[in-house]
Amino acid sequence: MHVVLAEGEVADVKLRIYEPPRFFEAFLRDRAYTEPPDITARICGICPVAYQMSSCQAIEQICGAVIDEPIKALRRLLYCGEWIESHVLHIYFLHAPDFLGASSALELAKDHKALVETALTLKKVGNDIMEAVGGRPIHPINVRVGGFYRAPTKRELLPLAERLRWARDAALETVRVVSTFDFPDLEIDHDFVALHNPDEYAIVEGRVVSDGGLDIEVAEFPQHFTEEHVPYSTTLHGHMIERGSYLVGPLARYALNYDQLPAIAKQAAVEAGLGKVVRNPFRSIQVRAVENVAACDEALRIIEEYEEPDRPSVPVEPRAGTGHGATEAPRGLLYHRYSIDEQGTILAANIVPPTAQNQEAIEADLRKVVAANLSLDDHDLQHLCEQSIRNYDPCISCSTHFLDFTVERR
Amino acid sequence: MAALPKLAVWKFASCDGCQLSILDCEDELLAVAGAVEVANFLEASSAVVEGPYDVSLVEGSVTTPHDAERIQEVRRVSKFLVTIGACATAGGIQALRNFTAVDEYAAAVYAHPEYLSTLETSTPISAHVPVDYELRGCPIDRGQLLEVLTALLRKRRPDVRSSSVCLQCKRRGNVCVMVAQGIGCLGPVTQAGCGAICPSFGRGCYGCFGPMETPNTASLSAALQAGGMDDTAVMRLFRTFNATAPAFEAASRARERGDGQL
Repeated sequence: MHVVLAEGEVADVKLRIYEPPRFFEAFLRDRAYTEPPDITARICGICPVAYQMSSCQAIEQICGAVIDEPIKALRRLLYCGEWIESHVLHIYFLHAPDFLGASSALELAKDHKALVETALTLKKVGNDIMEAVGGRPIHPINVRVGGFYRAPTKRELLPLAERLRWARDAALETVRVVSTFDFPDLEIDHDFVALHNPDEYAIVEGRVVSDGGLDIEVAEFPQHFTEEHVPYSTTLHGHMIERGSYLVGPLARYALNYDQLPAIAKQAAVEAGLGKVVRNPFRSIQVRAVENVAACDEALRIIEEYEEPDRPSVPVEPRAGTGHGATEAPRGLLYHRYSIDEQGTILAANIVPPTAQNQEAIEADLRKVVAANLSLDDHDLQHLCEQSIRNYDPCISCSTHFLDFTVERR
Repeated sequence: MAALPKLAVWKFASCDGCQLSILDCEDELLAVAGAVEVANFLEASSAVVEGPYDVSLVEGSVTTPHDAERIQEVRRVSKFLVTIGACATAGGIQALRNFTAVDEYAAAVYAHPEYLSTLETSTPISAHVPVDYELRGCPIDRGQLLEVLTALLRKRRPDVRSSSVCLQCKRRGNVCVMVAQGIGCLGPVTQAGCGAICPSFGRGCYGCFGPMETPNTASLSAALQAGGMDDTAVMRLFRTFNATAPAFEAASRARERGDGQL
């Protein structure tokens, strides 16, 4: 991260992400239409299900496949597992240590052992959901275009119900714990963008909406959003045409879909003193904790209602065309687009991950943080900036503890 | 009390999934953290202790000039270097660039390829520095990771088998998906470690643990074709997360040429 200060004012803030390019969109070409769920999972080991779900949805749209309701419920369950695992990881391993003055959850364990043990047990529930439905927690193998290779049996899922009841309580306790933290002041005014679904807290499907009045089909995404390649970063910068920078992720989802939260999660939010809209990114840890309650509650509901489906997947025959998919990764909206020919060979692929979409907003917010804290020395300013970046839960590799921090004073 | 062995975790081009496997050892994590000094693990901690390190776990492949230099430094400060996962051990999915021109890939993804600093190839860590132990998988198996760490702390050889997925699959009591259902499966040539999860879920193994010791890929390729897969389908099957592991690369190139000659 590079900061330029000129005459006591912030002149420029640049976040250089040097994640080596891996060229997924290039090597997806010439692959079979059945392969994106396995291949794109490897973009992110922390949210592989998000990539699997967005890619399946896009391919299924091209092929005109209609997914059975029980399969959709299983997908949502798998996705809830990923939310729990990822949110707990972020809350306790990445974010909480900042507020409690520890360098890591491992150090935190010295003074707050019970807290870290609860975190690990809670995270394990998420992983075990993914293992039961997906075969393994990282890069699940049971997902295919059209559904699953094999649907789990009721017997395989039922033991998770008891643990989820515990997890939901632990998630509620998490909201209480993180709400005692001391939050720095910061108010952001970016447009919030998220999927919206009137029937449920949107995860696997919905329309793309914003608090600025956008309300579009996923297929219209390219007409409203663009990506820019800036010289100093391998992460493309997402941009809303006509509106500029925008934010996806928990704060956006929460603000746009508050009414769809399960009652128990709403109750937790009220008790935590959160309004229906939260615009302080440091408080995203609270929102993530509320979403975690929702994910535990949803997973429990789906398992309790679960009946083994008649078939684990619907047939998906290739046909030429272009399709779009968008789901809510733990870090925010994840958009995929594919074009395939009549044999099902992929001609073009486009993937817009949440972290890329948030780049501009993160830089803008860092500028505010720096401007408000010019009196700090470089070391403390660096720590505050790192903490600010962690607010957004960007892809974990760049979210963590990487900052090569330079301040240029002119 | 003697000083605890210092553990470092390094990331190169990767998805972070193998590092996450460490944090996914929920039941054992605090015990591991008590047995070693976690001296450098940026995904989990901002505290960095200076090297040298007793054990370095390296995730990811080398794809940039900067990383080609960095791995030399990692080797210099590491007594025992373990690669974790398909990227570090075989080049990973991003090694698909090795079959084409990287310029063309860059132009397909980025508006300004000239901004990028990237190598023509994605290569495993062993192509750059001596590696003391390689752990397979995309992602690695938690149990195998814990076994390797435990063995290193006890100064014994890790008990990690190099036999095929088939053996694990038989032990699980699965009915062979290839024989019974005609599903293409790389189990006969892929190293065990995953627990044969794919066949257990009714799909064929896709080789994410890479080739076993002395795999007979020619025979399997012929069987896959007899089962109805064409050259392209067989080529794609061998060309994923361990595409440039030598045995799989030879098998996919043979199908690309269509002559089957390894």
